[in-house]
Amino acid sequence: MIDYDNYINETIKQVKPSGIRKFFDIAVEMDNVISLSIGEPDFQTPWHIREAGIRSLEKGKTWYSPNKGFIALREEISNYYKRRFNVFYNAENQIIVTVGGSEGIDLALRTLVEKGDEVLIPQPAFVCYDPLTYMAGGKPVFIETKAENNFRLTKEELENAITDKTKLLVLPFPNNPTGAIMERKDLEEIAEVIIKHDLLVLSDEIYGELTYGKNRHVSIAEIDGMKERTVIVSGFSKAYAMTGWRLGYLLGPEPIIEQILKLHQYGIMSSPTTAQYAAIEALRNGDDDVAIMRKDYDLRRRLIVGGLNEIGLTCFEPLGAFYTFPCIKSTGLSSDEFATRLVKEKRVAVVPGTAFGDCGEGFVRISYAQSLKNIKTAIKRIAEFVEEVKNESKG
Amino acid sequence: MEKLLELLSSNSSFTTKELALMLDEPEDYISAQIKEYENNGIIKGYQALVNWEKIPDAMVTAIIELKVTPKRETGFDEIAKEIMSFDEVSSLYLMAGAFDFSVFVNGKTMQEVASFVARKLSCIDGVKATATHFMLKAYKIGGVSLDDDNNASDERSMVL
Repeated sequence: MIDYDNYINETIKQVKPSGIRKFFDIAVEMDNVISLSIGEPDFQTPWHIREAGIRSLEKGKTWYSPNKGFIALREEISNYYKRRFNVFYNAENQIIVTVGGSEGIDLALRTLVEKGDEVLIPQPAFVCYDPLTYMAGGKPVFIETKAENNFRLTKEELENAITDKTKLLVLPFPNNPTGAIMERKDLEEIAEVIIKHDLLVLSDEIYGELTYGKNRHVSIAEIDGMKERTVIVSGFSKAYAMTGWRLGYLLGPEPIIEQILKLHQYGIMSSPTTAQYAAIEALRNGDDDVAIMRKDYDLRRRLIVGGLNEIGLTCFEPLGAFYTFPCIKSTGLSSDEFATRLVKEKRVAVVPGTAFGDCGEGFVRISYAQSLKNIKTAIKRIAEFVEEVKNESKG
Repeated sequence: MEKLLELLSSNSSFTTKELALMLDEPEDYISAQIKEYENNGIIKGYQALVNWEKIPDAMVTAIIELKVTPKRETGFDEIAKEIMSFDEVSSLYLMAGAFDFSVFVNGKTMQEVASFVARKLSCIDGVKATATHFMLKAYKIGGVSLDDDNNASDERSMVL
């Protein structure tokens, strides 16, 4: 018998599996579960975008693309970022097309982080920054964002977390799981600190198209002095409902992109060709689709936030992504108990806040990438659940 | 407030409170707006979308294409009035194209519908020809899929 344990890399063994999965596994065992736990659009990719992918296959476009991605796509990405977020990146040498935003995050961290470097990660946050930083040899340092600040990162919080080992700040806004955004003034404040301490920023803008209210997403690269120290990761998954196509990109200073390219080249070679053809169509003719989906998310967002607040699960107003992050402390349950019991007793799946960092205790993540009809039913079920829990504690 | 009409026509069971939340307007404004739509005849009623196939001995439905000769004074309207006066007719549309009216007729059996067409519709003054098409199965009505599986399944996976 082989003792596989002896063969597995020690660092890998230390990585914990994701906490989100557990609830999904419970949910799939049961019928009639409404899942508000999933982090992807419920929409299908708009038809004209799918068609562009299909057409490329019909024409026999089945070869590798250039390592950085097709130049036509990189040019469209360049146009798009200028058009939507007012930051210009050169298609030739400042853009690389990746297999989803996730690959981009991994590449950027592995390229920038060295053993012993501290990487600042505001939490609650998407689950991958921590293990990927660790895998890159860096030390994740968490900054707890607070509900009373609408889960924004403040300059004081940032300043307090910086040591002489700090190299990089991960900036995950619009935020999964809280739905928080950073407005221009918030970014200007933290930019001062970043520049003062000579840090780099990995700005995860995958939800950049999904902001609500009057504020559009502002990229930190647009703030004076920040473009030269920022790597942006984004992609097609959330904005165009293209999760399954696996396509994202990195934007950054040429010397960084050049080094990142080596990792991508040896590890991945190039991103899926079909997906790239579809993505070109998305960027050329997809603005209206994005606007329609954004409006739909916005309706759902207001319905769910209003509903949760009424139930007594207080919920700050999320202004981005498609998540709400209500506080469940009033029920007396832990996040884990709340989520486990809710799915078992009422067949609504949500994710405990602790999956996104220890500071997520007392909160759950509720995704509104779900039909209005299901959201309406889910709110009713959550209300019943909260009522029953309250009565228990009385009895 | 076309969005309000859109939401109501997709699901008339939304409460005023829910509509107010979604549209970011005060509840009393939404109620007033709905009243106004009702009074102006913009909202004509609220119905349940029924999947009749699940009901034993449910009605049969036919779509009947009618070709007519419009009247000199009143055009199609007078003929339309006559057609819609029958209880058997559930919907009626004036069409552009190869025929003039599209008439939705419900009956207990195919024979009943056939006899209605032969004895009542065909005899209306100005009707030149009819073609009757029986509906076999409804897949989607008013934007709603009737396929229970399709509605229930969420193919998305939890990846992270």
